[in-house]
Amino acid sequence: MQILILPILLPVVFIVPLILSKSVRLSRGLGITSSILLLVIALILFVSVLKHGILTLFLGGWEAPYGITLVADTTSALMVLVSAFIAFTISVYSLFMVSDDLVRSKFYVFFNSLILGVNGAFLTGDVFNLYVWFEVMLLSSFVLITLGNNKAQLEGGIKYMAMNLIGSLLFLIGLGLLYGKTGTLNMAHLATILNEDNNNILMNTSSVLFFVAFGIKAAVFPLFFWLPASYHTANISVTSLFAGLLTKVGVYVLFRFFTLFFIQDQDFWHQLLLIIAAATMLFGGMAASVYYDSRRILSYHIISQIGYMIMGLGIYTPLAIAGAIYFTIHNMIAKTNTFVIAGLIAKKNGTFDLKESGGLLKASPILAILFIIPALALAGVPPVSGFFAKFFLIKGGYEAGDYIITSIAVFTGLLTLYSMVKIWFEAFLKPVGNKNKNSSGFSFIQLFPSILLGTASIALGIFASYGYDIAIRAANELFSPEAYIHAVLNK
Amino acid sequence: MEIVLSVLVGILFAAGVFMVLRRSILKFIIGVILMSNATNLLVFLSAGIVPGIPPMVGENPEKMADPLPQALVLTAIVIGFGIVIYTLALKYKFFELTGTDDLDQLKKTDS
Repeated sequence: MQILILPILLPVVFIVPLILSKSVRLSRGLGITSSILLLVIALILFVSVLKHGILTLFLGGWEAPYGITLVADTTSALMVLVSAFIAFTISVYSLFMVSDDLVRSKFYVFFNSLILGVNGAFLTGDVFNLYVWFEVMLLSSFVLITLGNNKAQLEGGIKYMAMNLIGSLLFLIGLGLLYGKTGTLNMAHLATILNEDNNNILMNTSSVLFFVAFGIKAAVFPLFFWLPASYHTANISVTSLFAGLLTKVGVYVLFRFFTLFFIQDQDFWHQLLLIIAAATMLFGGMAASVYYDSRRILSYHIISQIGYMIMGLGIYTPLAIAGAIYFTIHNMIAKTNTFVIAGLIAKKNGTFDLKESGGLLKASPILAILFIIPALALAGVPPVSGFFAKFFLIKGGYEAGDYIITSIAVFTGLLTLYSMVKIWFEAFLKPVGNKNKNSSGFSFIQLFPSILLGTASIALGIFASYGYDIAIRAANELFSPEAYIHAVLNK
Repeated sequence: MEIVLSVLVGILFAAGVFMVLRRSILKFIIGVILMSNATNLLVFLSAGIVPGIPPMVGENPEKMADPLPQALVLTAIVIGFGIVIYTLALKYKFFELTGTDDLDQLKKTDS
C-alpha cells in the first residue's frame, strides 16, 4: 500500500520550501497546510487499516526481511492519527504563541522534521530504521527545546541532550548485540526467530539495553529526571507538542518490542514492569504536588501517567493492553490540552507561577470551562475520556489478580485530582489577580486548539464503546503477533 | 582480531564513562564521543570480522563479509557527527551566555 509512505514523505516535501521561505506569513501558511494534509492522510491510513487489516510496504521493492519494511497495524495507524491531530492543533496554536523571530529561526522546519521522526518511528518495521527515526526526532527536539536561546533553555537543553544521547547509545548497543545474536533486524523476522528460541538468558542483555534506552525516552522511574528539568523552559507550544508526542513514542516502542519479540522471560519482565509502573505513577504524582509553576506540575504529570501505560504492558492481558492503548490516546490529547491552557493562562497573567495568578473565573469563564475538561479527563472523572481509559486498565488489573498495582493506580488518580484542583483554585478561583494583567479577552482562533482537543476528550468519553472496539482490536493484534508476522513475511 | 577489538571497545567505554562523570560540559561531550565510537565499533563487530574478504564481491556468499553492519555503522557514524556538532554548538552558546563550563552550576532548572 503506497499510502504508508505518505506520512513520512509529506513533512519532507514541506521542509524544502520552509527552509527557503524568508517570509513569516508564508512559513506559517506552509506549517498549517502541511499539518492539515497530514491529518487527512493519517485519517485515510487509519480507515484503510481498519478496512484491510495490517498494511505493509517494502521500500525499494526489497522483500522482507532483506529491505526496510513499513508496517501499519491498528496501533501504529491509531498513533499516527492521534499525533497528526495533535500536530494540527499545535500548528494552529503556534500561530499566536510562537513569535515572528522564532518563525524566522525556522520553527516550522523543525516542527515538520519532528513529525517526520515521530511518524517514521510509528510506521517502521525495522529496528535500525527505528534508530534512525529516533535520531531524526531527537535532533529536531534538541533544536526546538533551545529555540529562543535564553539561559534557562540552554541549560534545560543540555540536560535533555545529555540523558537522551546516552539513551540513543544504549539503543545502538542493544541493536548491535541483537544483530550479532540473530542476524536480522526486521521486527517480524526477529519475532519468528526469538519465539522459537529457548536460550532466553542470552536475549536478556539486548532486551535490558532496549528497555533502559526506551525507558529514558518514555521517562519512566528512575530515568525521568531529564523531563522536569527541561520541558518547562521551552516555548509553550513546543512543550505542548513534546508532552503529546515524544514520551509516547518511547511507550509505543516498548509496547511493540515487549509484545512482538521480547516475550521469552515473561515472569521477570512483567514483574519488573509493574514495579517500575507503580514507582513512576507515585513519584510523578507526588512530585507534582510540590510545585506552583503550572508547567512543572504538568511535566511531573506526564511522568505519572506514563506509569499507567507501562502498567498495562506489565499486566499483559488483552483487556489491560487495550486499556493502556486507550489511555495513551486519551493522555496524548488531554495532556496537550492542559499545556495549551496553561499557555493561555500565562498569556493572560503574564506568568506561569500560580501564586501570582488568580481571578480567571471572572475574567474569562470560557477558559475555565476549557480547562475543566482536560483536568477532569486526567483525573478520571466521567463522562470525559480518562474515566473509561482508567476503567479498562483497572478492570484488566483486577481480572488478572494484580491488586497492589491497581490500588496504586486508583490512589494516583487522587494525586492527579489534587494537582488539578490546585491549578483550578490558584488560577481560577483565587480572587486576587496579578497587577500587570492583560485585560483583553481571547479571540476564537486562540481558543480553537483547546476547543478541538476538549471536544476530542469528550468524544472519547461519550463514544467509549466505539473507542474500546478499536483499542481491543489493536490489543489483540499486539497480543497475538502471528498476523503481524504473516503480513510482513508472507508466511 | 575480534578479541583485541573487544578489549578496545571496553577501554573506550570505560574512558567514555569516566569522562561523562567529570564536571565539565566539554569533558562530558568528549565522553559521549568516546562512547559513541565504542558503540560504532561494537556494531561493526556484531557480525564477526573476516580478514581480507570484501562484502558483495565474488560468487560464493559463504566467502563474503556481512555488508549490513558496515552499512549500519556508516549511518551511525554520520548521525554521530551531526549530534556532536550540535552539542558543541550548544555548549558554545551556553558558555557565551553564562561564562561557565561547570556542570555543578547547572541547577537552575531543577528546582
